[in-house]
Amino acid sequence: MKTTILTLAAALIGGAAWAGETAPGDVVYADGAVEASLTGTPGDAANGAMVVGSKKHGNCVACHQVSALADVPFQGEIGPALDGAGSRWSEAELRGLVANAKLTFEGSMMPSFYRVDGYVRPGNAYTGKAPDGPLTPLLSAQEIEDVVAFLATLKDE
Amino acid sequence: MKVRAMTAIAALLAAPLAAVAGPDGDELVVNGEINMVTQTEAPAHLDGALPELYSGWRFRSDETQALQMDDFDNPAMVFVDQAQEAWDTADGTEGKSCASCHGDAAESMAGVRAVYPKWNEAAGEVRTLEAQVNDCRENRMGAKAWKYDGGDMAAMTALISVQSRGMPVNVAIDGPVQATWEMGKEIYYTRYGQLELSCANCHEDNYGNMIRADHLSQGQINGFPTYRLKNAKLNTAHARFKGCVRDTRAETFSPGSPEFVALELYVASRGNGLSVEGPSVRN
Ligand code: HEC
Ligand code: HEC
Repeated sequence: MKTTILTLAAALIGGAAWAGETAPGDVVYADGAVEASLTGTPGDAANGAMVVGSKKHGNCVACHQVSALADVPFQGEIGPALDGAGSRWSEAELRGLVANAKLTFEGSMMPSFYRVDGYVRPGNAYTGKAPDGPLTPLLSAQEIEDVVAFLATLKDE
Repeated sequence: MKVRAMTAIAALLAAPLAAVAGPDGDELVVNGEINMVTQTEAPAHLDGALPELYSGWRFRSDETQALQMDDFDNPAMVFVDQAQEAWDTADGTEGKSCASCHGDAAESMAGVRAVYPKWNEAAGEVRTLEAQVNDCRENRMGAKAWKYDGGDMAAMTALISVQSRGMPVNVAIDGPVQATWEMGKEIYYTRYGQLELSCANCHEDNYGNMIRADHLSQGQINGFPTYRLKNAKLNTAHARFKGCVRDTRAETFSPGSPEFVALELYVASRGNGLSVEGPSVRN
């Protein structure tokens, strides 16, 4: 009985957390851009910087150089440097780019960070095994907002 | 859409030029006598997909490169010695060793690595070197098959490979193997996993570029099996394929699976003309 109540409580909390967010399948894209915040909570640029630089989170620096993150070693050179991205793109465009870059750049090598379906042989993270349940997006809705807030600070000199 | 693509191109041009770009200009001569072709014209069947072929050796640091230039420094040679012992030792119900049928590996195995995977007429299938070794073990020696990507197998393919060092890779892609080759090509260009990355994304479109701390090569397999400093053992091509597919957050294929056999044939053919280097040394 106790277990049931606990599970129920957990489910309610989970549900509540999801309720304020737009699920990956419900994001509205207009020409690649996403106007509405995915969470309604303003992004935290400092946490966004962490997500962009950390291997365990967005690992954006695997492919992009970011001068503002000069302390992060081994920045890749697959995509363009993100310096000035906040001047080149609006907030809505940046949100769309991070959530699903393929709608802005057709066939882009950049992964879609807020998508959960349409993959060929998706795995259970980096285990090489089949997933044991529905996929979760590469970044959470709030992490996307945080990354967008950080990118918006990358202005041209 | 058009405007955005242009912006991206402008951004690309504006990006600072990479400190490390492309393969280096070093030449690989092993033991001061085996001249390796580490750069050559791409075969016609690639249809211009690669302007030029480069061995993975050309993308490694000077320190790693040096380990492959002399057999006394090459950590893989210990395993070649071990495999030579296995070669001469009887195993299984028939009381035979590899040597019972094939004699001196230095003679009988010269040129073998260069043309595998290849068609086996009697079996009606494309065989990798590993599959052939296990066929001999099971059906001629009455011995247990080795694990496809295990240590015994990697060592034996190193012993076989060493007899072809310096010879050009030359796998056939037409006739009975053509369907398998086509299948391998399709796998090569499929964007697997939650990161949606194909072999081509990294090894055709971006060789020479850094992806985080890794300097991307063309993902050639002329150097396999390869001793990796990272895991301090000999690695088969299929184990490497598995690792690369896993890194795309995909469900991998298994070593020895029809998918990886097809992929091996296709990737080997992308290196036709490079020298057999196995066992090589990589980081
Ligand atoms: C596997 C490689 C890869 C990863 C990982 C990656 N990107 Fe990208 N990104 C690209 C490429 C390539 C482009 C250029 C667009 C194109 O041609 O597809 C791009 C373009 C962009 C752009 C527009 C570039 C500009 O300055 O105009 C932004 C912004 C961006 N990425 C942000 C990110 C963020 C944020 C992350 C992580 C959450 C990320 N990228 C992860 C490959 C990647
Ligand atoms: C996300 C990027 C990425 C993808 C996708 C990828 N690889 Fe790799 N691969 C690497 C990196 C990094 C290395 C180590 C550096 C190097 O040799 O390129 C590597 C190394 C290799 C090597 C060893 C080369 C040598 O000289 O020892 C082979 C072979 C290889 N990859 C084949 C493949 C094949 C086949 C696929 C597709 C099934 C694939 N890779 C997909 C990143 C990737």
